[in-house]
Amino acid sequence: MYRYDEFDHRFVAERVSQFRDQAARRLSGELTEEEFRPLRLMNGLYLQLHAYMLRVAIPYGTLNGKQMDRLAYIAEKYDRGYGHFTTRQNIQYNWIKLEDTAEILEKLAEVEMHAIQTSGNCIRNVTTDQWAGAAADELADPRPVGELLRQWSSLHPEFSYLPRKFKIAVTGSPHDRAAVRVHDIGLRMHLNDKGERGWEVIVGGGLGRTPFVGVTVRDFLPEAELRAYLEAIMRVYNLYGRRDNKYKARVKILVHELGKEEFQRQVEAEYARKPATNVELDVAELQRIETYFAAPAYEELPKFSTGFENARIQDKEFAQWVKVNVAHHKQQGYAIVNISLKPEGGIPGDATAEQMRVVADLGRRFSFDEIRVSHAQNLVLPHVKRDDLYTVYIALKAHNLASGNIGLAGDIIACPGLDYCALATARSIPIAQGISRRFADVKRQEEIGPLKINISGCINACGHHHVGHIGILGLDKKGEEYYQITLGGSSSDDAAIGSILGPGFAADEVADAIEKILDTYLGLRTGPEETFLLAYRRVGEKPFKEALYANH
Amino acid sequence: MSEKGQVLTANRLRDGEVVFLTRAGTWSENIDEAALAIEKEAAAGLEAQGAKAVAATLVTGAYLFDAERKDGHVRALHIRERIRTLGPTVRMDLGKQAEGTAGAFAALD
Ligand code: SF4
Repeated sequence: MYRYDEFDHRFVAERVSQFRDQAARRLSGELTEEEFRPLRLMNGLYLQLHAYMLRVAIPYGTLNGKQMDRLAYIAEKYDRGYGHFTTRQNIQYNWIKLEDTAEILEKLAEVEMHAIQTSGNCIRNVTTDQWAGAAADELADPRPVGELLRQWSSLHPEFSYLPRKFKIAVTGSPHDRAAVRVHDIGLRMHLNDKGERGWEVIVGGGLGRTPFVGVTVRDFLPEAELRAYLEAIMRVYNLYGRRDNKYKARVKILVHELGKEEFQRQVEAEYARKPATNVELDVAELQRIETYFAAPAYEELPKFSTGFENARIQDKEFAQWVKVNVAHHKQQGYAIVNISLKPEGGIPGDATAEQMRVVADLGRRFSFDEIRVSHAQNLVLPHVKRDDLYTVYIALKAHNLASGNIGLAGDIIACPGLDYCALATARSIPIAQGISRRFADVKRQEEIGPLKINISGCINACGHHHVGHIGILGLDKKGEEYYQITLGGSSSDDAAIGSILGPGFAADEVADAIEKILDTYLGLRTGPEETFLLAYRRVGEKPFKEALYANH
Repeated sequence: MSEKGQVLTANRLRDGEVVFLTRAGTWSENIDEAALAIEKEAAAGLEAQGAKAVAATLVTGAYLFDAERKDGHVRALHIRERIRTLGPTVRMDLGKQAEGTAGAFAALD
């Protein structure tokens, strides 16, 4: 894990005391809301439907037990005993008081956490593969680069007032779990013939009102040049990105208005000036950071774990959970445990303080004190011995954390929607709950196979509905909630924006519609190996349209 | 029988709590105590009072929304505002609905 250096500590502590002063001045009336709003947003504090909401950064989704315990403490002491893990690998608290916020930030700073750059028109929290450093298919851990970018982009004077917010995702694996094609900048690691690392640089992806899959502007950028090259991209964006219309201000609009070639030409021209390159410094810094992300002290373990195999035979539910929720680890004898925050009928991404503590404790005891937050709003224990899997499972099960639905129909991504969010046009959570209940049977979920259902409560698309295999967007039609369904989206290697199937549905019709879509799929697939997405790509929308709208 | 009009709402500055302007010029957590402005001038009056409360740093983000009085209770016409008078529909144990200050109408009423 990255540990703060002296500079980081001082910087975060200064921020807390600045905010304490700003909040006091706001409460005393010295600052107006217009003056205060940008200041509170810079510290992750929003005003939502029922109260203030605080968004806390979890850089590249990695945290330790002490930090998770602190998140639980904050949930209990300052909120209503729970938090919501988001699609940006952050956590949000829904019931925060302005008068408590400085104290909360102080408590976060004590465990090297903060809420800086979780909002506003700056470079946001860098996200990555939740299996980074553990996945069997990974080339190398992408988090050192994530950390380099975090340091570079934190309070960067030139990039603190961008035309609009800016999101970066990095992956070190050939199988993209970080959605790099739908970020403002996505970075994907490749190795050349000599085994040297380079990065594919993808720019101009994004969701929201105008969704785009990003374009590759460099196939293989040597790692040492990464920061300087990104700086060139940011400069071009900062200069030409539109500031007159916030709906056209994201870099995706610039890239697509200029066209890939022209955008690329401008970036290369800026890069050729080498305005800020100090490659040697980056290389040294990256090496320094890498030591923080060194692999934990794994034990040499045999391939076969008798205890694990026995438990699998004796406890069928465990066997099922392992099949769905446990992934291959790069180290023999270890496994990656995915903890679903999607129990049947639950609120996607919500965890109680008690559940956070349970995960913190399990992380300490069984995963080298490491926990991850995934962009699918789940948690991960990245390095668990196979011998320990059953113990971990039993502990998770006792706290309603052992739903075996990772990557299946029950693993629904949903934003807070109109139950919490001031920008929402419709609720998302009840729709997720309805679908989750409808497909509660794990056997049925397994029969359907890999499926991503994503729900957003408005066009801002925080629930990433455009890239759901099935996407659901909540809208408002004359005061009534209704839901538009898109099919065929993906955020992975085969990234695509889904297409709208047809007229929307009322809230109580959505689960039926999803069921019809999936029944149609089961009826036409060539076999279980043809996933929903593959089948959709083969047959197109027609059969699904017919099934849904035949009687309308 | 119902009368239609507008209610002025805001969030209390120090804790963000959703509040409504009452006829007495105070802020209540319960929409049933809200002043319902039937006439345009009355609504403008509420807005002016709201602006004063904003300036006095009692509340923030004051705005009018459409509502009606029905059987002695005030009902927001839009679901968004009804949710604000209650709390999240997915957590009935939280918010005004759990604290005894809820409006009388469910989100989907
Ligand atoms: S998608 Fe819309 S409703 Fe959902 S969290 Fe984002 S802004 Fe709020």
